[in-house]
Order: sequence, then C-alpha cells, then structure tokens
Amino acid sequence: MSAAVEAPDMPGTPSDGVEKRQVTQVGWKAAGGLIVIAALFALLLVAAPRDGATKFALSRGSDALQIPLLEIPAMPLAWSCLVLMALIAAISVARTLANRTTSIWAIAAFGALFLVGFLAWAGAGSSGTLSIVSLLSGSLLGAVPLIYGSLSGVIGERSGVINIAIEGQMLAAAFTAAIAGSVTGSPFAGLFAAVLAGMLVALVLALFTVTHRVNQIIVGVVLNVLVLGLTSFFYTQVLVPNAATLNTAPRFGSWTIPLLSDIPVIGPVLFDQAPLIYLMYLVVAGVSFALYRTRWGLRLRAVGEHPKAADTVGVNVERTRYLALLIGGACAGLGGAFYTTVAIDKFGLNMTAGAGFIALAAMIFGKWDPVRAALAGLLFGFASNLQNVLSVVGSPVPSQFMLMVPYVVTLFAVAGLVGRSRPPAANGQPYVKG
Amino acid sequence: MRLELRGITKRFGALVANDHIDLTVEPGEIHCLLGENGAGKSTLMNVLYGLYEADEGEILLDDEVQHFAGPGDAMAAGIGMVHQHFMLVPVFSVAENVMLGHEPGSGGVLDVESARRQVREISERFGFHLDPDALIEDLPVGVQQRVEIIKALSRNADVLVFDEPTAVLTPQETDELMAIMRQLRDSGASIVFITHKLREVREVADRITVVRHGKVVGEASPTASDADLASLMVGRAVELTVHKDEPRYSTGLLRVSGLQVVDDAGAVVVDDVSFEVRGGEVLAVAGVQGNGQTELTEALLGLQDDVSGSITLDGEELTGRSVRKVLDRGVGFVPEDRTHDGLVGEFTIAENLMLDRSDGPPFVRSGALQLAYRDDFARSAVAEYDVRTLGIDTPVGRLSGGNQQKVVLARELKRNLRLFVAAQPTRGVDVGSIEFIHKQIVATRDAGVPVVVVSTELDEATALADRIMVMYRGRVVGIVPSTTPRDTLGLMMAGIPPVEHGGEAA
Amino acid sequence: MSHQSQEPTPEPGPEKEPGLSEELEQEVARESGAPAGLDAGEDTADRLAHALQQTMSHPWTVAAGAILLAVLVGSVMIAFTDERVTSAAGYFFARPGDLFTALGDSIGGAYSALFRGAVFNPRADGFAAQIRPLTETFNYATPLIAAGLGVALAFRAGLLNIGGQGQMLIAASAAGWVGFGVTGLPFGVHTLLAVAAGIAGGAVWAGIAGLLKARTGAHEVIVTIMLNWIAFYLVAYLLATPGLLQAPGSSNPKAPPTPASAQLPGLLGERYNLHWGFVLALAAVVFVWWLLNRSSQGFAFRAVGENPRAARVAGIDVPWTTVKVMLVAGGLVGIAGASQVLGQVTTGFGGDIDAGIGFDAITVALLGGSNPWGVLAAGILFGAFKAGGTAMQASEGVPNDIVLVVQSLIVLFIAAPPLVRAIFRLPDPDRRRTPREARKARKEAA
Repeated sequence: MSAAVEAPDMPGTPSDGVEKRQVTQVGWKAAGGLIVIAALFALLLVAAPRDGATKFALSRGSDALQIPLLEIPAMPLAWSCLVLMALIAAISVARTLANRTTSIWAIAAFGALFLVGFLAWAGAGSSGTLSIVSLLSGSLLGAVPLIYGSLSGVIGERSGVINIAIEGQMLAAAFTAAIAGSVTGSPFAGLFAAVLAGMLVALVLALFTVTHRVNQIIVGVVLNVLVLGLTSFFYTQVLVPNAATLNTAPRFGSWTIPLLSDIPVIGPVLFDQAPLIYLMYLVVAGVSFALYRTRWGLRLRAVGEHPKAADTVGVNVERTRYLALLIGGACAGLGGAFYTTVAIDKFGLNMTAGAGFIALAAMIFGKWDPVRAALAGLLFGFASNLQNVLSVVGSPVPSQFMLMVPYVVTLFAVAGLVGRSRPPAANGQPYVKG
Repeated sequence: MRLELRGITKRFGALVANDHIDLTVEPGEIHCLLGENGAGKSTLMNVLYGLYEADEGEILLDDEVQHFAGPGDAMAAGIGMVHQHFMLVPVFSVAENVMLGHEPGSGGVLDVESARRQVREISERFGFHLDPDALIEDLPVGVQQRVEIIKALSRNADVLVFDEPTAVLTPQETDELMAIMRQLRDSGASIVFITHKLREVREVADRITVVRHGKVVGEASPTASDADLASLMVGRAVELTVHKDEPRYSTGLLRVSGLQVVDDAGAVVVDDVSFEVRGGEVLAVAGVQGNGQTELTEALLGLQDDVSGSITLDGEELTGRSVRKVLDRGVGFVPEDRTHDGLVGEFTIAENLMLDRSDGPPFVRSGALQLAYRDDFARSAVAEYDVRTLGIDTPVGRLSGGNQQKVVLARELKRNLRLFVAAQPTRGVDVGSIEFIHKQIVATRDAGVPVVVVSTELDEATALADRIMVMYRGRVVGIVPSTTPRDTLGLMMAGIPPVEHGGEAA
Repeated sequence: MSHQSQEPTPEPGPEKEPGLSEELEQEVARESGAPAGLDAGEDTADRLAHALQQTMSHPWTVAAGAILLAVLVGSVMIAFTDERVTSAAGYFFARPGDLFTALGDSIGGAYSALFRGAVFNPRADGFAAQIRPLTETFNYATPLIAAGLGVALAFRAGLLNIGGQGQMLIAASAAGWVGFGVTGLPFGVHTLLAVAAGIAGGAVWAGIAGLLKARTGAHEVIVTIMLNWIAFYLVAYLLATPGLLQAPGSSNPKAPPTPASAQLPGLLGERYNLHWGFVLALAAVVFVWWLLNRSSQGFAFRAVGENPRAARVAGIDVPWTTVKVMLVAGGLVGIAGASQVLGQVTTGFGGDIDAGIGFDAITVALLGGSNPWGVLAAGILFGAFKAGGTAMQASEGVPNDIVLVVQSLIVLFIAAPPLVRAIFRLPDPDRRRTPREARKARKEAA
C-alpha cells in the first residue's frame, strides 16, 4: 500500500558529514483509499442503475422557516457526485506523487459527496422522502450514548487504563436510571443514579486494574458480562413482576432553545433536544479543555504516557487513574441514562446492545481525543441511523451491512489504513513503583 | 544542604539490597557513590528519593529526620534527581515536562507562558540553549539530560543526585557535564554522583564511598589508583587487562560495503558503511550509544527491514535473508539488550539454550522436541560456561545479569560459527563475568572466527579490539588501530575524522 | 571498568570470587519476587507480560476460594430476590425462625436443583436416568472445552482472543452449510467434512485477526471485538436471506435442520444427548498439550508469547507465528461451533448459536490457567453450571442469568489472588521461601 519516495535532496552528500539524513515517505493509503471508494461507487452505479428522482426534505412541517421539497433526478446527481469524487481522488494522487499529503478537508468533502450521491441512488424512485432533518437528528440521538461512552474511554485510556467495560457501565446506568426514575418520578433522579452506577462499575474496574494490577482487558470483558448477568437477573426477578412501580420511568422532554432552533436544517437538529444532549455539548468541550489546558489534564496525560516520570515528580499515579476512571464512569453513566431517560421509558434486557463497543471504536477512530472521538461518534451514529431512514424509502442495501459499518471502519482504522492512531504509550500497563 | 543517610536497609524478600548503609554529603561537595552493577546504588537512591520505603534507617537533611512517602515529598524537601533512564514524557514539550508536578497557574488552568519563561531562565544561566516548546522525542539524548537537570533545578533542589549520567554521553559531553556539576557544587549544592566508571570518579569527586553487595565497604580519596578503587569495588584483585596474542588470520572474511539502514521513521540510521573483518581478528565498533551501532549489528543478523548495500560472509551474500537463514549460515549474535532480545525470562535455562535452534536437528526431530538431548546439552553448557544456578530448569529470568549473559554466550558459541557479533557483551554484568566473557571472545577470535564487538565503553573497545571502527550519526568516522590514543578516539566519537587532528587512518 | 592499570593489587581479604553460594542465594531471593538485577530498570512491556502471566497462572487453592466466593454471592442474590425470604424478613422480629427456614429453602432449593441438573438426579427412575444430568454436563462442556482451548492457546502465545463469538458464528455457519447444503455423502464422511468446514471457518475468521496483527500491528483485542460484531451481522444477513443460510420456505432468520448424515452421532445411545463432539474435545485437549509442551511449533508459540523480541532474534518468524497461532486457535473454537450445529442444535440454528460460549471460553481459559488439562476441568465445571442452571430455572424459577454472574465473579476473584487470599487467609506462595529455606537450598547446592 505504501511506497517510499525519496526526498529530492538525498543523493547530495553534505561535506561536513554529520547530519543524519531523513528519507521521507508519503503513503498511498489516502489516495488509494479514495480511488477504491470512487471505483466501487462507480461500479455500483453501473451495475445497479436506478430510475426516478430522489426527494429530499430540508425542513419539518412544524418549522418556522419552510424550505420547499427538493426533487432531484437520482442518477444525474449520483454521477455528478462521482465525477467530483474522482476529481478529488485525482488531486490526491497528484499530491502523493509530489510527495505531499492529502488535506483532511479534501477527504471530508469526498465523504460528503459520496454520501449525497449514495443517498440519491438509494432513494431513487421512492414515493417516500428523505428527511434530512430527521436523518441528522436521528444520527445525533443515536450518537449520544456513543459520544458519552467514548469520552469514558478517552479519559480512562489517556490515564493508561484500557476501558473495555464501557458497555457494562452504560448498561448498569440505564438499569439504575430506569429504577430511580420510576421510584422518584423525576428524570433528574434517574440521571443522577445513572452517573453513580457508571462510577460504581468504574470503581470496580479501578480496584482490579489499578490496585490489583489485573489485566485490564480481561477485567473489562468480565465486567461487561457481570453487568449483563446482574441486570438480566434482577430484570427478570424484580423489574418484570413490579413493572408499574419500578420500570416505568419518566422521560426528559425536549427543551427548545429560542432563535437557535429556528436556524434552517441544523436548528431543529441541534437545538430542539433533551437537556442530556445540551449537556453533551458542554461535556465534550469541557473534557477537551480539561485534558489539554489544565493541571489535571497534564498530569493525567503524563500518567498515561510515562507513569514513572509522573511519579518521580510527585504525581500520584494510582490516584490519578482512579479519578480518571471515575470521571469516565460518570460520562458513560450519562450515556447509559440516555436509554431510559430520553430514548424510551423502561429498561429492557441488554438494551445497550453493543453501543459500548461502538463507543470504543469511536474512541480509537478519534485517536484518543475527545472532540475527534465525538465526531467519530456522530459518524457512527449517522451510519446506524442511515439504515433506519433508508428502510423508509425502501433502499436495496441490507440493513445488516449498514449496521456493520462502524465495526468495519474501525477495523480499517486500527489496521492503519485510515491514518495511524497511536494510543497513549502506557495504555494497558499496570504501574509498579520503583 | 547537608544530606545524611543513617543505617539504611532495604530488603526484597530474602535479598538484602541495602545493608545498613551510612552516607553523608556536605554542601558544596561532589560525593561519589562507586559500585558494580547490582551493588545496590540505585536502590539506595530510590530510597532517598521516596520511590522505595526503607525497612530500617533514616534520612536526614540538615540534621532533621525526613519521612518521604513518595518522590513528591523528597522534592519538596529539596532533593532533585537526574535519572539514568530519563524521566521525561516523550510526547510532551520541554516546558510541559519541566512544569509537570508543580504547574504554575491559577484555578487548575495551566500557565504555559510562565513555564516557558522558567525554562529559558535556567537554560540561560547554564548556557543550554533550549527551546521550551521542542518535543522531547525530537531532542538528542544529551539535550534530554539537560532537561532533566533543569527539571531538578526548577524545583530549587539543594541536593542533586546524578544516577549513572554519563552512559549515554560522548567523552566531550561527559566533560561538559562534569563542568556543570562543578558549577552546581560551587554554587553550594550537595551532589551525589553514582557511577561505576573509575575515570570519572577520580576526575570529579571530592569524596568517594564504595558500595559492594549492598554494604558500604570503604571510603577512598580521589587520588587512589584505578587498581585500588577496582579491587575495593569488586572485593578482590581484578585483572584489568585482556591478554591476547597477535592475530593469526584465517580464511574467514566478513565484508560489508555501502550498507544503508533506514528506520521506521524514515531516518537513515546506518549510512554508507563499509568495512572488512578477517577471520581471527576482532573489530570493535566504538561510538556513543545511538549512532547506528545497534542497527548495524541488527542488519548483520537480518533484523532490520529496510537495508541496502551488501553484507557478504565468506563470499556469500547475507542481505535480504531471513534471520533464520543468517543464523543457519553460522552467525552467532549476542544482542545489546539481553533481557529483551537475548533471552525468554520465563523459559528455563535449557529452553533458552535451544532458543535459536528450535526448528530442526539436533533439538527437534519430525516436529517434536528432543527433551533428553536438550537436557544433556544444557547440563554440559552450564558446566562449561560456569553458569551458577540451582539447575537447568531454573527460569533464566532469575539469574544474575552475568549468569544470564553466560547463557546467551554458551548458546551462541556452542554452534559452529563463521562470524560472531557481540553488542555490548558486558553491559550490566559483574566484574567476574566480564573477565570470563572477555576470555571467551578472545578464544573465539583465536579459533579463526571474524569477531565484531560493539561497545560504548572506550576502555572495553581498546582492550578487545585489533582494530577500532568509530561510528557517528550512522557513518564511519574512521577505522584505526587499537593503539590509537584515547583523545583521538574521543574526538572521533564526536564526529571528527582522525586525519584532521593528526590521527592515523588504518 | 578500566583495563589500563598494569599492576593489580593483591587482595588481602578472605573474600574471593563472588561465591557460588552467594549467587544461588540471589537466585532464590529473586524467586521471592525481588526485581531481577537490582539496578536494572524493569521494562513496562515485561510488566505487562508478567501481569498477564500472573492472571493466567494461579494455585488451585485460589481457584477453589474464588469458586466458593462466587457461589456465595450467587446465594445472596437468590435469597434476596426470593419472595418467601423477603416476606419472612418483613416479620423477622416476630418469628426469626421463618427467615432462616425461607433462606434455607431458597438457597438450598436452588443449589440442589443445580446439583440435580448437573450431576446426579436421585428423583429419576433407575441409575441410567439418574446419571443423565452428568452426561448433560459433558454435553455443555464440549464447546466450552474446545473454545476454551482456543483462547488458552492464544494466551500462551501472548494473544488475547476475545473473538470466540465471531469465530463460532462463522464456524457454525460453515459447518451448517456443509451439513444441509452438501447432499449424497455417506454418514461419517459428511460429518467429518462438516466438522472440517467448521474448523476452517473458525480458523479463517481468527486468521484475519492474526493477519492484521502480523501485518499492521493492530491490537488483536480491538480487531477480534470488531470481528465479533461483523460476524454477528454477517450471519444475521446470511440467515435472513433465502438461498444462503435461511431455511427454505421460512421467513424466520433460521437455518434448515442438520441432516442425520452430518450429525455427530450419540456417544451413549439414544437415551442420552451426549455426542461424539465430547470425544473430539478430549482429543483436542491432548493435541493442545502435545503442541504446547512437546512440539517445536509450540515452543515457538510460547517463545513468541513470552518474549516476541527475543523470539525474533532467535530466528523465529514472529508475524507468521502470530498468524499460525490464530489459525489454530480459531480452528479449536471452530470445533465448538461445529459441535453446536452438528451435535447440540440440530433442528436448525439461529443467530444466537454461539450461546455466549465465546465469552465463556475466556473464563474457562482463565480458570484453567491456560493449561489444557486445566481447561478440561474448568470446561466441565462451567458445563455443570450451565446444565444445572437450566434445571434451576425450570424447577425453582431462578433466572439462568445467575450462572453468568457466578461465572464472571469466579474470573474476577481468580484474577486478583490477593483478594481471595485476604478473605480466606491463604498464605502467599510468593513468600513461601523464608531466608532459612534459602540457606538450606544453598547448602544443598554447595
């Protein structure tokens, strides 16, 4: 996939003979990837052309500002997108040949074009409309647990503790939020209980991995199953017989933010949501600030990169890791609360259904950075939601393949095909003093 | 500040690492702690620095008893440490590393600008020229060490501990470090200098305390002879020279020409290196750690991926071959880092002795291990190479450094060799084993095998070599006879070719 | 170290060479957990390996303690959710005896049901029927042993195979497809072919993870987790698509039944469900033991697992070995998948054919200390839990999920021996050599 391109100044031997030479390489991964995707899309359009037009709705019926329905002939739109995609791929190839990297914006534009083209193809000839607002708003909602969960992973792993137990943290949180909400009648109580549950699972993780230095992956995997077993057991034994009193949770309504929510398309998507979503904006920004600009963040990152160095300047490694895991657990708790305080009003068996693992994937894809991880969470939320929207317009793509997307993308990411992600250096390693 | 250690005792299980050690360091003095590898020097300093808790004894600063729960307490009390393995976060900037642990700023928000200012201030005071925003991983080791010093000084340390600080430095850089240490001493700091190098001790120390097997065995004055210091350190008379006759060349020949190795980051780490080694002679590769010697030896064995140029052994091309094939051609290899590259710590001595012959006869027949043969082989190797152990089933990780190295040596030398490559063969090894290992290397040479020895210790290189090749930044500075003066070699290690200062090229 | 001085001073003291006895003492001391080479900074990679090592190997006392603790926690859960107990607790001060009776009924009932379902059922007619639960235990143990071996083998080579679920799903699909898709083969040949297909399916799916690790350094844990989900949706798609794995004429995501010619035949006759898959699992135990302890390939696996850098220097092709390990491990998990489709669920399988065994395998490998015989014992124990748990749910109404809880608690406790030792006041094996014993060992050696 990658070829070494020697720097042009290489053969000239400097007479002083002391400087170490550098042979720089620009890999073919980016350009190659773009070419492959463009080619596959072209193949799809040629092999399975579809007739008719695709209807895009850019506003909801209730919105103040109404935008007329866009009805665009599907194949011409798809082909135009493909042409532009091919253009970007060609530029990328040219830049790679000139030993320069492809800009991230070009790749983003490529992705957006691909998406529009694909939607046009998938929705062609359908009587249904593709509601962009509900597509985006559904993506955002689907991304909420992923983003909160990935923050749990980011904070924990930046301190050097691998957190496979995000799934368990969220499931436990969803379970307790349902009970606390049902008993008190307040979604805020549910939220609070969820945070505590997330932190409790984190505490167990910390106890075993930080204090007892047990392999972090094994503890994470086992905690997921322990929480699944516990919640399933108590659900069957306690919640089902007492559903009316213990498993009928109140939900947050949406809080419409005046003015902002009137912005076309993104207004209703971003600013007509439950408070948990607004909190998410704050938490992502807050974690990012705290990680890079505060004493706590500096020490946390130092502990995750080189715990002994941190120890030798008086940073308490174990306490830092405990705190990081607990804060992460609180984040995952908020993510779990989404299920039973926003999405639906009762707990169901194994209701997180693998979201914790997509959150893990978002963390990796986001290169252990809160903002990038949140963006990756949005992307994965979008991929899951796209499947729902496409089934409305009767898309020919089997739903299972859409659901697979986050995992496949992550597989490519960890294999280094989508840019190398480098985890914190001490990630996964228990710290022993001395 | 006056530092006093009284009766410090530290045990690990049944092993007594420090046995009632007393030590006093006065302000304005450089106190040298001299001892062999494994004598317990670093353990003592870890106790002083709060990383270990002493089982007995106490630490006093200006006659006040201190209780350190961790390094934070030790630093607060005015103790600073320049660690042997730098305690720097590679992906952090200089300023971030310096401020870590005592960050300026209010309300928990970092004030990076004042950290930068502090770095600039201290580096100007010592003439360091450091960019506070440079990432540690981009800096050469010598500069990284200065960051360590700044870290300690930024905390107003009055007691400074230098733990084996010269291992990674050129002779010139070592001289500069000594000057810095004197400057610090003259400004009133108490300095503890831990080392096992006699030359440095005599050069810079005001007082010397010698440690052996965890005990203080005596004090010495800087005017004592090398032999006296060595025998005090080791506990017996030490053979300080390596006896070898004039080389008797055989027909064996290693020829390396135009060798280039590029590392993962795209840097050319071995750059157009050419040399020849004849059967029956030792070529020592000298140079400061990290100038391409490691990669050169790895390339000889086929461990490097991006290699161009040519390596021929007795006329047969070795480049591009797998490690397996190279080993099968009769190349013996002692890696620089034996615990990571040479041995499997959890494996028994017997298993380690067959480690690089695990694919065929005599240790394996039709896919099955030949346990009886393996054990017989191991018993005879252990006896022949004087490996001191309870038995061949002992996991090799439990042996001392010297005995581990003997296992590696036995495994490699008991094959039929046509080339022997040893990287840092005596690093972290006790003096008794050093003597044994040197004798084995000379015996291999005398058997007519071409031998390549890499050593960053100039003394070892000159003692073993018939010719010395000095490397700097991946290139060969020159190949000179082993009788070349030490000063010339020192300058070559800093990249200055021998002809320019009157040296003699071979 | 200097070589310059020409006149070595004679040494007056009695101390000569660092004596043999002294070094042996150090060796013994190191055994008791002291850092090897006092001044040597221990590398973090070694620590990671060491931590894994500690997690993997444990004395049987700790295992027994962990099992006991987990069962105790399970009892508390059963008692607290039993209405008889909670109602008796309501009037505890009036009639305290009732609470204890209720507690006894609840916990005793549950565990005796578990015993009747897993080992021996005295209520059945005749010995043959009474012993039937034990054969059920072996039946449940079959895939656990096979998959547990797959995880244990990978552990020994330094790889955490979290991908049992995906490997089983692919293996089951492959075996199932050969089972009902290929016709006209004689009995025996058909079975063998189907088993081979299952092994190949598991091997390929695990091999992807091995290949990615070998070629790109991608962490096998992340890769196998992602592959689990990919397999999950892939098999869901196959099962929901006519002409692929879906049973003809059905609209459910379910495969057609396995024909008799491809089934693993019964081992003890019609009366019992136990099939030849168990023998296959036992054979796998012996095979893995030989592979790890007696073969050169296993030597390479272990060398790569303990210290990949040293293995590479010793001429072992580490990436290729990684791929080979994952292929064999996946093949072993594949046996589990095949045995599910060809022996356990022959009426047509669905997307849940893995039955959580991918995870169970991790616990089996841990409890078994990554040693084939340990895996056999752990597999049978967890098989008994599964068989008994089903019976417990049927007769006492205790949800089967309790087994998951007990199982994960066992692993947690085993992974942290100090915790178990503290609770049961067991001696620490790391401290078993006192200085006196060290001196004794020294004397013996001298």
